[in-house]
Amino acid sequence: MTARRLLPLFVVVCAAASLRAQVTFDRILRADQEPHNWLSYSGSVHSQRHSRLTQITPQNVGNLELQWVFQSRSLEKYEATSLVVDGVLYTVQAPNDVVAMDAATGRVFWTYAHNPSPQSRPCCGRVNRGLAILGESLFMATIDGRLMALDAKNGQPLWNIAVDGARPEAGYAFTLAPLVVKDKVIIGTAGGEYGIRGFIAAFDARSGKEAWRFYTIPGQGEPGNETWAGDSWKIGGASVWITGSFDPESNLTYWGIGNPGPDWNGDSRGGDNLYSNSVVALDADTGKLKWHFQFSPHDEFDFDAVQVPVLADVMWTGFPRKVMMWANRNGYFYVLDRTTGEFLLGKPFVEVNWASRLDEKGRPVRVPGMVPSREGTVITPGNQGGTNWYSPSFSPETGFFYIPSWVNYTSQYVKQDAEYVEGRVYGGGAPRTTVPGVRAGQLLNFAKEDEGYGAVRALDARTGELKWEFKMTDFTDAGVLTTASNVLFSGGREGYFYALDARTGALLWKAALGGRVVSGPMSYSVGGRQYVAVAAGNALFSFALRQ
Amino acid sequence: MRALIVALALLFVPGTLPAQHEYPATDVENGGRLFLSTCAACHGPDGDGVAGVDLGRGQFRRASTDEELVAIIMKGIPNTAMPPNNVSPVNAGNIVAYLRSIAAEKRSTSVAGDAGRGKAIFDGKGSCGSCHRVAGIGPRTGPDLTTIGGQRRAVELERSILDPGAVVLPNHRSFRVVTRDGATTTGQLLNHDLFSVQLLDAKERLMSFQKSELREYAFVDTSPMPSYKGKLSAEEVADLVSYLVSLKGQVKP
Repeated sequence: MTARRLLPLFVVVCAAASLRAQVTFDRILRADQEPHNWLSYSGSVHSQRHSRLTQITPQNVGNLELQWVFQSRSLEKYEATSLVVDGVLYTVQAPNDVVAMDAATGRVFWTYAHNPSPQSRPCCGRVNRGLAILGESLFMATIDGRLMALDAKNGQPLWNIAVDGARPEAGYAFTLAPLVVKDKVIIGTAGGEYGIRGFIAAFDARSGKEAWRFYTIPGQGEPGNETWAGDSWKIGGASVWITGSFDPESNLTYWGIGNPGPDWNGDSRGGDNLYSNSVVALDADTGKLKWHFQFSPHDEFDFDAVQVPVLADVMWTGFPRKVMMWANRNGYFYVLDRTTGEFLLGKPFVEVNWASRLDEKGRPVRVPGMVPSREGTVITPGNQGGTNWYSPSFSPETGFFYIPSWVNYTSQYVKQDAEYVEGRVYGGGAPRTTVPGVRAGQLLNFAKEDEGYGAVRALDARTGELKWEFKMTDFTDAGVLTTASNVLFSGGREGYFYALDARTGALLWKAALGGRVVSGPMSYSVGGRQYVAVAAGNALFSFALRQ
Repeated sequence: MRALIVALALLFVPGTLPAQHEYPATDVENGGRLFLSTCAACHGPDGDGVAGVDLGRGQFRRASTDEELVAIIMKGIPNTAMPPNNVSPVNAGNIVAYLRSIAAEKRSTSVAGDAGRGKAIFDGKGSCGSCHRVAGIGPRTGPDLTTIGGQRRAVELERSILDPGAVVLPNHRSFRVVTRDGATTTGQLLNHDLFSVQLLDAKERLMSFQKSELREYAFVDTSPMPSYKGKLSAEEVADLVSYLVSLKGQVKP
């Protein structure tokens, strides 16, 4: 064969390889067909944080051993979930440095450093929860109100925009991993403690041009604006700081919305305060609202509905149904019809004292007097919720929904006056610990079980019934990963990384990583070898079976 | 320095102002901790450590409202010994809540005590030194009292002597473990997690146990300290309290 004949073949092979290297949206949609990769924050557009990899099993998980550690040059909480694409792992070193490394060895290919504006003021740490990828571009939203695209091969910036209105000095900040839907990159803004007006916005992945925007608080003349007294809607918060999900069949993208502001004093914002503490279903092409469901109307407990919307197709009362499962910060576990928003099930997964039950539409029936007060009111779950933003998991194998839970946890809610000053916390009070001296974020733990503990709770997703519980002595901020081989991975504030049997909750394996796990584990494989990666403290750890 | 203290003293005038509203107990608690860590080095635990200034009576020369007190705590007072303090408005408010609360409380023991006699009781009849350490002398099994006079008010010390179980801070909790072979260890809980527990035992050994190797383990809900109610007279208790109040440790420059 002559060189002339070889050349076209070479071109075709190269083109095919290049095409393969592209992370098309089709690949993201069918992520379960390439479980060696982890292509989005929660692993798939259905956000189950469930890996189809099966090399690690309950029988052999005891043979896991550490393969590598990536020590971040940041003392901030490591909240990012990594992406893995064909052997390359992408992560974020807080606040906003993107790092690409060999997923098998942890050796760094490149780092892109972004120094956020010193004007940025995220409420709860200069954190970032991860990236999105499409084609050969990585997308990162920053704590100083920017969205940028980087070349995944070399970290070079492709575009970098200041998102309209997302002024860091006014409290706007992006801490979530973007969600890619088709040709768009979707993000939302944090800042619920600063009197922002929240929004979700989609941007053209090629240019960074804004394609649509959905304000999480309706403007004047829009339906829902009447749920805010006076002008309170202008500074009502309703932030968005956790990645949403996407249902290709209905073309809907789902997002959880945060608390209304002022957080702990609702006097100035009479009404239900839509769409705070709700899930909204938006047309992915236009951002138009299809339906909403509000978990906690007129919230004064900081019960952000900022959880990952977990989508699944299940048998429901004998018929297949497309549902959304949601363990809310307010202490209830919900199942909704994700096409219509219909309320199907709601049941407490921890003790709840602020509502007596949910009515037939899923609206909480409030307990009189259980509101923040000048002298303080003890509410359970407390301010961090029965769970929070920590990624849950759904396993189609077990049918269980797994919740990082705070049990026996209360706060004393104290109401104070609130005055809006741009860039300052607009809280109207502050929750207090009911166990002085125990919960100050300290490294040492003196807590008793009745003062609160962290747990992974497994619910039967069809009934909300508690199937098992894995107790820790300290609380947990760690997400949960399950695998198709019935292994569950999680961690906690004690600094351990655990493997449990997803069917029973039995502890199978543990590693002491010496730092809080404040993110969700994820799994990938390289060269036929399955890895499980988790961040703890200020480092990222990757484990695989001993060879 | 003396001039500065005098200047600070001028800030406060007689005239008791009532608390502006009820304060949550947790605010008072938090404020008390903050007061001790931030203010007590100069002002003393009862708020009367600076000559001529008594923060514990609700009498303030330059402030009457809570907001004004918060501003002074945060910003200090120029040209006086009162410095700005790096505390949030909420925490400054909690300090005010604490000051308002102690103004409404009993200030000291009912009987005036003598610190010298109190030290003799500490070392002798009370056997306090068999558990507590002062200035590097004594065991470490109970809380170190070297600076207790800068950390607790007289009424709190009296309460701890008469009813030691009433308030046990989480970092002073006792924990008991029994190994499989029946050996029991009780000590001060230093840390614990799902798998292990760390104690300082009665022999001052740092002990770490794997829970999987223990037959049983649990918090001890009672204080290991005996009550001195009925064992010491009111005068002896007052003497002991006076001695403890005198334990200020090293004075911060």
